[in-house]
Amino acid sequence: MSDRNDLMARTSLVALGAFAIMASAITVLVVIPRMLLREVQAMPDLKPYTEQQLRGRAVYIANGCVYCHSQQIRDPAFTTDINRGWGSRATVPEDYVYDRPHLLGTMRTGPDLINVGQRLPSVDWHLIHLYDPRAVVEWSTMPGFPFLFEARQPNEVRPGEKVVAVTGARAPKGVTIVAKPEALALVDYLISLNRQYPVADSLRATDRMAVGGGTHGAGGTHD
Amino acid sequence: MSAPGQPRFGSVDAARGRLTVREVDAVASARGLAPEDLDVRLRADASSRRAVLALFTVAIGWLIVGTIFGDIASIKLHSPDFLTQQAWLTFGRVRTAHLHAVNYGWGTAALIGMSLWLMPRLVHTELKGVRMAIGGAVLFTIGIAVGIVAVLAGVNDGMEWLEAPRWLAGPFLVVGGGLIGLSLFWTVASRKAEHLYVSVWYILGAFIWFPMLYVVGKWPTYSGVESAAANWFFAHNVLGFWLTAMSVGGAYYFIPKVLGRPVYSYQLSVVGFWSLAMFYSLNGMHHLVGGPLPTWMITTSIVASVFMFIPVVATAINLHMTVVGRFGALRYSPTLRFVVIGALAYTAVSLQGSFTALREVNRVTHFTHWTVAHSHVGGYLFVSFIALGAMYYIVPRLVGHEWPSEKLIRWHFNLVLAGIAIYVVALSWAGVAQGLALLDPAIPFQESVRRTLPGLWGRSLGGLILTAGHIVFAYHFWMMLRMPERATRTRPPFHEARPVLYTAEAEAARR
Repeated sequence: MSDRNDLMARTSLVALGAFAIMASAITVLVVIPRMLLREVQAMPDLKPYTEQQLRGRAVYIANGCVYCHSQQIRDPAFTTDINRGWGSRATVPEDYVYDRPHLLGTMRTGPDLINVGQRLPSVDWHLIHLYDPRAVVEWSTMPGFPFLFEARQPNEVRPGEKVVAVTGARAPKGVTIVAKPEALALVDYLISLNRQYPVADSLRATDRMAVGGGTHGAGGTHD
Repeated sequence: MSAPGQPRFGSVDAARGRLTVREVDAVASARGLAPEDLDVRLRADASSRRAVLALFTVAIGWLIVGTIFGDIASIKLHSPDFLTQQAWLTFGRVRTAHLHAVNYGWGTAALIGMSLWLMPRLVHTELKGVRMAIGGAVLFTIGIAVGIVAVLAGVNDGMEWLEAPRWLAGPFLVVGGGLIGLSLFWTVASRKAEHLYVSVWYILGAFIWFPMLYVVGKWPTYSGVESAAANWFFAHNVLGFWLTAMSVGGAYYFIPKVLGRPVYSYQLSVVGFWSLAMFYSLNGMHHLVGGPLPTWMITTSIVASVFMFIPVVATAINLHMTVVGRFGALRYSPTLRFVVIGALAYTAVSLQGSFTALREVNRVTHFTHWTVAHSHVGGYLFVSFIALGAMYYIVPRLVGHEWPSEKLIRWHFNLVLAGIAIYVVALSWAGVAQGLALLDPAIPFQESVRRTLPGLWGRSLGGLILTAGHIVFAYHFWMMLRMPERATRTRPPFHEARPVLYTAEAEAARR
């Protein structure tokens, strides 16, 4: 080929260029944010998940709840998340400090869940809803999770077991539904989802680098 | 060119009853090639034959598996009482099994197979480390299978596109992919061609980029929103730097090859390659627009998404201008039909992606089925079409005879084109309806669910038509592999046939 092509005919140059560009992108979008976000601290009002809640979170992950439910409230200037009653403020990085990995989600086949514990605090409601969503929400397209429950003869229910009182036309006939530990853990996790405590405006500012409004610290500045 | 004194390849093949030296010479002169040049191709193809056929077979297996998972997941979205008793069949697991089977099983295996065939051809040598490549393919396939079984069993790492457990599936994927990469790098390193064709850049790049992305995506210590950043950095770039890179590399090979015409502009291909690397790599955060990340990150990705116009338009001009004036050839070559449509889809899906990243558009489309439709324009109409076109070209050159049935090719093409068209239109429409409903606080949430249902049914219909197309293709591929060698003798040697489908008319013309 002609001289003009020489540079792109060198394997090492193409490979090195390809490597360098990707390395710089990783630096900009992963490494630098990691360094900046390391300083983000949880609000005192945000409690770490308990063991039981973490087990429930694992059930949430194992069954792919994230593919239909987001866990983030966006700025009211941008969307109507808040008008829908899903939260009172946009969520901030401080709200997710204990989330490993994140479950922000990219789909809203179902509603956002970051404050579901505040909106729907009833264990019994959640258990029925998980067992058979359409037993309580007629229009729901959520799948039931009957495998998180056991169907027992009414006289076989052991003391201490959580009975799920499914009623109405869709109630199973002749059996009693008992929640497995996975279902109870999942509900415990769902009810723990509540990021309604107030945060400082500086944290919400959209132009912050990572930690509260540039010069402000994060942890102590909430109101 | 083979070195002087080296035994001619034709004699090797003649011993197996395929081609005589005289036939090779006759074919070469008919195509205006020096016999030595044809020899180079025959050697290249023979060296990669086993690895490529193995990968294609695995890929088609995953295509069928992934399609079935996709169908189940699709039906569940409008008929949620379908298959709810078993944990492994719940939507969240089946959907993820579908994603892994089609992206890492089908797409990846098919494009790696294509790359292993292309590379020796492009650098005029034989595939090096064949056993390494085959061993790598076996390990990689095990890794995919382990990942999918784990997902179905409820064991996953919790980040989209990265669910396959890092400590279970990861080792197989890393070692398997690494061995295949080494075989490719070794092949390039022992090249005899001075020139590096465009496709080589893309394939080389893909095998440098993917390991980097995998390490970043699978790094085990992220928490909070930084895990979201790493997640979408990986998930977006695995399309751009792995599937897209190899697919564009394929398009750059097959379009000029089948048309017998050089690529429109060398300069544009250089611009397209480097600008793709620069801008695509910064796109990932547009999956988190409005989310709780530092806004500068998201803005960076939106800006980079708009800058994607540069590589996309450069590549589009280059590929489409190569075809302009020769669209008639699409009728004769299934390869060209699939690859040209794939290239057009690349342009379309990239421009769509740039627009969707804009905040004003994103506030409607984010969190809706629009994104899923978009990803299928990319993953299917672009990537899969190019992989299918590549298979239609490559397999006859490996097994020594043409595809047995023109009719089955036509059925395959028509079914998958109709299926994906219905899929994309129905689901995009559902996504917009859903997004507009979500954006209006006066409309209750349940309305956003209800309005998507017709589109979701439409998507299932499209999916079932796609399934039929895949079954036709898998059956045809199986026939192809099983066809007896002697079929070669009753039909023109594939080298002699024009790079278009063998037909009765062509046969008559040849006489």
